[in-house]
Amino acid sequence: MRDWIAGALTIVGATLALLAGVGMLRMPDLFTRMQASTKASTLGLGCLLTGLAIQHPELSFVIRALSIGAFMMLTTAVSAHAIARAAALSGVPLWKGTRVDERPTRASDSDA
Amino acid sequence: MISTVALAMLALGAIFAFVRLMRGPTLPDRVIAIDLIGVLIVCTLVVSASGNRGAVFLDVALFIALISFVGTVAYARYVEREQ
Repeated sequence: MRDWIAGALTIVGATLALLAGVGMLRMPDLFTRMQASTKASTLGLGCLLTGLAIQHPELSFVIRALSIGAFMMLTTAVSAHAIARAAALSGVPLWKGTRVDERPTRASDSDA
Repeated sequence: MISTVALAMLALGAIFAFVRLMRGPTLPDRVIAIDLIGVLIVCTLVVSASGNRGAVFLDVALFIALISFVGTVAYARYVEREQ
């Protein structure tokens, strides 16, 4: 039973990572590609780590899985924000179907 | 069996990210492709850790996650400083 749950979580996490690769290839501009790739690094890796911790319920595995998960949850948001801010300030072109453009301009950005 | 299928899916995702790394029209596209490849390497190590003595793989995964984060933030500073 435990092996079934762990295997299902592993397959779900690998599917999410594969979908991130497909989204990285197929999405039309930078920000939609980031939307696809940051899902993989939080949800996909979270599923893989949960599956590993269920399959090996030992202290050495669970502690390392928890620390990798917490670290990725923290740093993915920070690095995605840094890249999106730099790209928005440097004027990366948007998809032609974009309706609302709320990117800040260089003059109104006070802390830059 | 399950881990072989999962490793094949992760490798396919990494190939797609590598195509974006070669094709990407702007520099931030390439940066997020490298970031996704780093995340997929971490996922591969986590899947590989399911054998016995797999805790060593998890140490390497944590280290690669740390290096990938520092590299992405450094690239973001570079992109922002360059223009």
